[in-house]
Amino acid sequence: MRQAVFEARYGADWERFDTWLDRDEKVPRRSGAAAPAGALPDIEIPPAYRRVCQHLALARDRQYSPELVDRLNQLALRGHHLLYGARPRRGLARGLEFLLAGFPRLVREEGALVAAAAALFFGPLVTLIVTLQWHPDFVYYLLEPESLAKFQEMYSPANKRLGMRDADDNVAMFGFYIWNNVKIGFQTFATGLAFGLGSIFYLAFNGITIGAVAGHLTQAGYGTPFWSFVAGHSALELVAIAISGAAGLKLGGALIAPGLRSRKAALVAAARPAVRLMYGAAAMFFAAAFVEAFWSPLTLFPPTTKYAVGAILWAVVLGYLVLGGRARAA
Amino acid sequence: MLDTARRIATPEGIELALRLAGPVPRAGAWALDLLLRLAILAVLAMILGLLGGFGLGLFLLCGFFLEWLFPAWCEVNWGGATPGKKALGLVVLHDDGTPVRWPAALARNLLRAIDFLPAFYGFGLAAMLANRDFKRLGDLAAGTIVVYREGKPRGFQIPHAPALAPPVALTLAEQRAILDFAERAQGLTPERAEELAMIPRALTGRLDGPVAAERLVRIANYLVGRK
Repeated sequence: MRQAVFEARYGADWERFDTWLDRDEKVPRRSGAAAPAGALPDIEIPPAYRRVCQHLALARDRQYSPELVDRLNQLALRGHHLLYGARPRRGLARGLEFLLAGFPRLVREEGALVAAAAALFFGPLVTLIVTLQWHPDFVYYLLEPESLAKFQEMYSPANKRLGMRDADDNVAMFGFYIWNNVKIGFQTFATGLAFGLGSIFYLAFNGITIGAVAGHLTQAGYGTPFWSFVAGHSALELVAIAISGAAGLKLGGALIAPGLRSRKAALVAAARPAVRLMYGAAAMFFAAAFVEAFWSPLTLFPPTTKYAVGAILWAVVLGYLVLGGRARAA
Repeated sequence: MLDTARRIATPEGIELALRLAGPVPRAGAWALDLLLRLAILAVLAMILGLLGGFGLGLFLLCGFFLEWLFPAWCEVNWGGATPGKKALGLVVLHDDGTPVRWPAALARNLLRAIDFLPAFYGFGLAAMLANRDFKRLGDLAAGTIVVYREGKPRGFQIPHAPALAPPVALTLAEQRAILDFAERAQGLTPERAEELAMIPRALTGRLDGPVAAERLVRIANYLVGRK
């Protein structure tokens, strides 16, 4: 068939399909809404799309003019986007279900990685806190004296509020904690793409820094203000860092040991659960920032109350990760 | 062929052609997005600066969302493009050519944290130059590609002229070249069109430029089957 005959025979079909695409791209309709009179009804769209695909294949095979092939390619492409792109929206309920059940389940599925990340992070942290009680000078191998002085000033027992200089505002600190802490989480995650090395570095680095500061302040006699400040948000924040690291290790692990796939395919497959881990970690960072900004600095309550709240939150976080989503597992 | 077109196979058994966007337009889109973000933050700083510590908190929150979540939100809900990408006619798609959704959009945006290391997207650029789809690391992990949004077809038609059978048999590729010429001649300067028309001596003989071009158009008319 010559091109002119081909165009004359099917041109009207393409025209109608084009009109339908124009309308649907501009106004994404909810399913069930009726099409305007005279237009191609929705039920006719899949066959119309398949016809365009067939015409494109024919036009290419018969070496029709490039302009016609381009036009058909574009029609098919737009149809492909609309037909294969329209997937049901995930509502609020799905998000809630993920937080209540899906996330803890995912953390348990990746239990080995989470445990490895936690060991890399909490190992140096706890070791340093203990070590610095017997060898206080060791801290000077790890931190600059100036930054130690800054931390001492922050947690001075003379401050009216804890963990910040007096002039700071709660909301300002909330913004700062989000800005800073979530970014640390993202960094810990993303640098895992470098064969896991970045995640390992950030986990150990943050573990060492936090352990050194905590150990030093405790040993220097600033223990009560420091611990009553960090007790509340420590569970959420520290566990979130460990989970971010685990997500990063997941990416790195896919590159190191891709199994029976190409490294690229293994990476794409690993990115899915890794990003889902980051959804949960981000939510935990947000909750931690909220506690850190609005609860942790309060001096209204005695330290024992704050320790108790901290202990309860640790129990809740660990209980959530260990038990969450078990009932609904089918 | 050395080409940035990427073909994706669809379940209908055809291949759709997409044109990949390289580092230069993508850097341009990134720069536009950066400028836009800075402009928004400057305006916010002026307004929220009046609110003291509360305003500072809101400002930092906005900064966080604008940097990490806003690009992903745009790519999912705003036709696959951030404002900068839209301005340069780029769009983000899954590897299979479908519009990008939340998991992939978030993955590629969170992983910018490694692409921009050690400085100015060094790793991202190295990765883009090392694979044939111009993917930065975030694109590799998320399974996404950045392509040019297809413009409307130029709408060039082969001008009508009395059909003329070619004096020699033409292969399919040669026929296609003639058709391509007849369509695109309107977009060329007359001098260039005439110059091109004088190349296929087998068809145009010793004819002069304008006459040769006209003859090719007539042959094209014959090839598409006009009378």
